[in-house]
Amino acid sequence: MRSIFKTGATALAAATMLSGVAYADGHGVSGPLRIFSDMSNPAPRAVMEDMVARFTAENPEVEVELVITDREAWKTQIRNVLQSGTADIVNWYAGNRMAPYVDAGLFMDISDLWEEGGLTETLASTQGSMTMDDGIWGVPYTYYQWGVYYREDIFAELGLEAPTTWEEELSNCQAIIDSGRACYTIGTKFLWTAGGWFDYLNMRTNGYDFHMDLTAGEVEWTDDRVRATFENWATLIEMGAFIADHQTYSWQEALPFMVNGEAAAYLMGNFAVAPLREAGLSDDQLGFYQFPQIDPSIEPGEDAPTDTFHIAANAENVEAAEAFLLFVASAENQTLINNGDNLGQLPVNANSGVDDDEFLNAGFEMLSNNAGGGIAQFFDRDAPAEMAQVAMQGFQQFMVDPSTLDQVLQILEQARGRIY
Amino acid sequence: MASVTTDTPIHSNDPAPRAKISQQAIAPWLFLLPAFIFFAVYVIIPIFQSFYISAYEWNGLYSPEYRAVAGSEMTDLECTELGNRAARTEGCEPTGENVWTGEYVGFENYRNLWSDPFFWTSLKNNVIWLLLYFLAIPGGLFISLFLNQKVFGMRLYKSLFFFPFVLSQVVVGLVFSWFYLPNEGLLNEVLSWFGGPRTNILGSNDYATYGIIAAGLWPQTAYCMILYLTGLNAVDPEQIEAARLDGAKGPKMLWYVVLPQLWPATFIAIVVTVIGALRSFDLITIMTNGGPGFYNTSVLAFYMYDVALSEFGFRMGYGSAIAVILFLIMMVYIAGFLWKMWRDEKG
Repeated sequence: MRSIFKTGATALAAATMLSGVAYADGHGVSGPLRIFSDMSNPAPRAVMEDMVARFTAENPEVEVELVITDREAWKTQIRNVLQSGTADIVNWYAGNRMAPYVDAGLFMDISDLWEEGGLTETLASTQGSMTMDDGIWGVPYTYYQWGVYYREDIFAELGLEAPTTWEEELSNCQAIIDSGRACYTIGTKFLWTAGGWFDYLNMRTNGYDFHMDLTAGEVEWTDDRVRATFENWATLIEMGAFIADHQTYSWQEALPFMVNGEAAAYLMGNFAVAPLREAGLSDDQLGFYQFPQIDPSIEPGEDAPTDTFHIAANAENVEAAEAFLLFVASAENQTLINNGDNLGQLPVNANSGVDDDEFLNAGFEMLSNNAGGGIAQFFDRDAPAEMAQVAMQGFQQFMVDPSTLDQVLQILEQARGRIY
Repeated sequence: MASVTTDTPIHSNDPAPRAKISQQAIAPWLFLLPAFIFFAVYVIIPIFQSFYISAYEWNGLYSPEYRAVAGSEMTDLECTELGNRAARTEGCEPTGENVWTGEYVGFENYRNLWSDPFFWTSLKNNVIWLLLYFLAIPGGLFISLFLNQKVFGMRLYKSLFFFPFVLSQVVVGLVFSWFYLPNEGLLNEVLSWFGGPRTNILGSNDYATYGIIAAGLWPQTAYCMILYLTGLNAVDPEQIEAARLDGAKGPKMLWYVVLPQLWPATFIAIVVTVIGALRSFDLITIMTNGGPGFYNTSVLAFYMYDVALSEFGFRMGYGSAIAVILFLIMMVYIAGFLWKMWRDEKG
């Protein structure tokens, strides 16, 4: 994707003067503020409405118009909303998913807000994933860990421990298969779940930096290191580690296999915990472990997708929008909205507290102390949209029939040549 | 177009014959005008826009336009070149307009289509859909002949057979995907009674398209059945009687006496079946989402949506090129249809 804007933008950036807006305290703003949110599931919706209520309590002069759109539908509707200029603030995702809107000049650069609002310190961990083209384009409000959620009772029954090395992983898996179960449940009908597996296998086999180079289009898909990742994957596939017919299921439809004990584990984001608990698994039955290492010399990289707020470039009430973003980013707010009664995820602000939940604690501990490689967003947020689409189709194809690997890699390499 | 007549003849001593004649000339056009406007706005103009956009590389986004604030040191050009930074630059303000960001590439999109394996997969699937969908016509004919009897409760049976056509395509898709489920699905249950192997129809590169077509045939057959049932009502009983006296029966009677009289119904059945085959988008989206693997069950309409408008689709120009190809293919069929209508009307 090319942009008519790229040229000249950097050349003139030096001459750019930042507009002097009084956002330092966030008070004294007024007027209508139009927010378009994709937090449409029941818990996030309540969080969003509560945030607006608390913000207007602090800033009684601001009249917020909140529109909440279905989360899936929003992925395509954001284009119309941003272009029609009907929104001041929108929800979106960090990483490369911002690229089309940053390139088209539809998001507002808020580097100065980060600088003067102190966000460069409190939100430092995600500054990289919000930065693009020398600007910072939004603020994060939540993120969540990925990892392996497993049936502790099944592991105990078979006398297994959570694996930390690839050898343990394979021997565990063999034991689970011998007991008549699959090691992992997965539903790849909508493709992205396979992207999670690729992320982890590639980050463990080749490291975080290599993974980032690959998603940035700087490495050939036919490279031997990429093949090594797929070979590790093929080892699991060929021993029967994954449930059969996964290409027919969505990620939710794959949950019952784990609940019924037909599969022992699930590589997923922390949002899988809630439905697993609702399906009747107690915290004694459900455990979490970090994806095991493959090459001991490689620092583990982790997936932790971040959800964000952005100011539209054609926003009419920029002052109020900035005040709202500072409010969202505050430690106090992030502690509240991410606790177990609300989103049940991890706060981004370094000064906020993590709710006392087994899985949130495990995730926070892992991301803080054991993700030395780096933190990735997720395959479909790190790679450009078109590459993500075709690559995830390739992952699914490969998982169904590993013998088609050469053909898959050829297609991905051709796509890389065209896209970047 | 039929000429307009009125009950009152126009006399030469009518107070304003001129006004009346022009009224007669204008009135039909006035009545047609709303339809023309909507047809132009929603069909004709977008067709030409597709042709136009297909010559560009465009991600579907417009950018806000900026100009220099009067009296500042910036110029309009500088503000434009600042691009995504202009919003934060003192001296630049949005004009409220959006600018198109397409880049002219000529026939590049079509050249890429030619070498795009997924385009050919989709086109191949379109052809399979068209061919297999025609099974709905003999199927509908057979059921309608079967139901064209005077038996107690026949109306109920007819409505039961017609039922699938009333369902939305989305529901049909869901019902069939449950039917095909690899473990709990009815199909595999039945297969296992006969000792057949368990198959995952929708998860297989080889069978998935056929599985979806079978789902589509279910309502389509019902549609053709209804067309033939009405057609059978119009069959002339005297001709049947005469043929019977001449000793015709069974297949001969059907082929030489009944079918020719059903030709108008058959013609409409062909038309709606071709249209139905091209409307396969919703079934594919629900049942396989274009998969498994690389667009294995995709058709041109689905592929166009996926590259241009879906979650990861930002290739408007490429999508338009697919739309143009699809349009040209349809044109062949539409032209044939129009020619046939014109010939029928002439005599």
